[in-house]
Amino acid sequence: MKNSKISKIRWSFIIFFIPVFLWLFLLIVLPHLELLRMSFLGRSGFTFKNYGAFFTEPIYWLTFVRTALYSILVTFIVLIIALPIAFFITKVVNLRIQGVLLVLLLVPFWVSELIRVYGWMILLRESGVLNHFLVGIGLFKQPTEMLYNDITMIMGLVYTSMLFMIIPIIGVMEGLDDSLIEAAYDLGAKKIAIWREIIIPYSMPGIMSGSIIVFMLVLGSYLTPKLMGGKNSLWFTEQIYNQIIIYFNWNQGAAFGFLLLALSSLIIWAALKLTKQDFRKVIK
Amino acid sequence: MIRTLPNSKSYLSGYRLFTLFYFIFLFAPLVVTMILAFNNSMFPSLPWKGFTLDWFFGEGPKKIGIFYDKMNLRAIATSFKVAISVSILSTIVGTMAAFLFEQEDFKFKGALYFLMIAPLVIPGVILGISILLFSTTVGLFIENTFGMDIKILRPGFWLIVLGQFSFITTIVTMVISARLRKFDRALEEAASDLGANRFSVIWFITLQYLKPSIIGGVAIAFLMSFENFNTTTFLISSQPTLPIILYQQVRDGSTPVINAISFILIVSASIIAVANLYYGNKEKN
Repeated sequence: MKNSKISKIRWSFIIFFIPVFLWLFLLIVLPHLELLRMSFLGRSGFTFKNYGAFFTEPIYWLTFVRTALYSILVTFIVLIIALPIAFFITKVVNLRIQGVLLVLLLVPFWVSELIRVYGWMILLRESGVLNHFLVGIGLFKQPTEMLYNDITMIMGLVYTSMLFMIIPIIGVMEGLDDSLIEAAYDLGAKKIAIWREIIIPYSMPGIMSGSIIVFMLVLGSYLTPKLMGGKNSLWFTEQIYNQIIIYFNWNQGAAFGFLLLALSSLIIWAALKLTKQDFRKVIK
Repeated sequence: MIRTLPNSKSYLSGYRLFTLFYFIFLFAPLVVTMILAFNNSMFPSLPWKGFTLDWFFGEGPKKIGIFYDKMNLRAIATSFKVAISVSILSTIVGTMAAFLFEQEDFKFKGALYFLMIAPLVIPGVILGISILLFSTTVGLFIENTFGMDIKILRPGFWLIVLGQFSFITTIVTMVISARLRKFDRALEEAASDLGANRFSVIWFITLQYLKPSIIGGVAIAFLMSFENFNTTTFLISSQPTLPIILYQQVRDGSTPVINAISFILIVSASIIAVANLYYGNKEKN
């Protein structure tokens, strides 16, 4: 009796395990090992040349450093805007409006990045809607190009990744007991102190998971820097794309891809260590 | 400070203004895109030259609306096929993964779980190129040793499906796992005590309980697939998906027909989003 029950349980395990294992092994593990192998191949077999090119050509590593720094900057800007918005929606606004605001917040999240970027393009470009109004009311003498520079690109990246920060933070803040803030207030704490001592520490898991997702999205984004950035706002994903699609140099592209992967893992690992958070808990 | 405490007027109005600006920032590009879909002009910009539905129903020769635009329609059809395949595949495997990680115990479970969530932190561009390189290597190997040409290993429909499936399944797994975690296993035990086997328990009890999250998973998988650019761009051949050709049109400039496409996509995404929320809330209560 007991034996048959155990064998049945093992069957269900095998049925669940095989597809999941095939998925992760064939589509995640092996392709990334192949990426690593290809990055060490040249025309005449094994070589470090592909990594060498990265360090000797300033255009490559400069793009890499720029992409990393800008991604960190965007993550911070997103966090600074997301915290008060999340707090307003969970704790300050009337409960009747709260539901509506949450829905409004979520809707753009379902619209594709490309369309959101396109919207900014028709707003900001020289023949765009904003220029039309500013010239119309006489604020500008003639239309100015507001697209294709670093500031616009950063704004675009903030815009496209914003919601991935707000949603996890709202998720955590909803669990924050109001009486903690009330108690602090009754004891005479200032707003800044309440934020520093209660709200931010409590929201840390949400802040971390939001930051990781935003950072990854920004670092790996292609459309926003390509369409909103200028000639000098090259993003590292564009270098990868150019190597693979335009120059057809897959080995060089593989090396760049692997470097980007290493960088992102390293920064996430460092951020988790610094804030003493556990990856598995943060991702949930 | 919060709604239960007395708040000064300036605090509240300042906060409201900030949030208002945020929501304007959030919606301005979408609203402008949608409005310009109805502008009777050859370019997606102001001045307003009158209302028209030509960018939806125009038959040409000057203005070709989306319903007569063969190239864009074909791409929409491809995207639909890809998205349906991806959402079916990733919901099936995602449900299995949820059961595997929530209800089974095995060696190296932690390591496998780590691998399962890894696609969340792998940039889509890198997933795309690794799958491209791997499938090409395997395809060449099979061709050289067995003399067979395996079509699904070449860039094209099935490679796009596999590439999107590889990370969308992770998200579906997480959506379904979140609900499965709240499931009261006493219900399963009761059913097995009454003589149901493991599979009928899963079919008649657990899956019924999971239904809302499975529907949510399908919706998320469909939209993520339909909108994906970064992974897909490395895996296409002659039949591009909608985001790929939209990108080319946005980059090179186009008539407001892309505003019409955007209008349709924004409206359908909003309907799905609201329906999903409504359905989720109804389940909760």
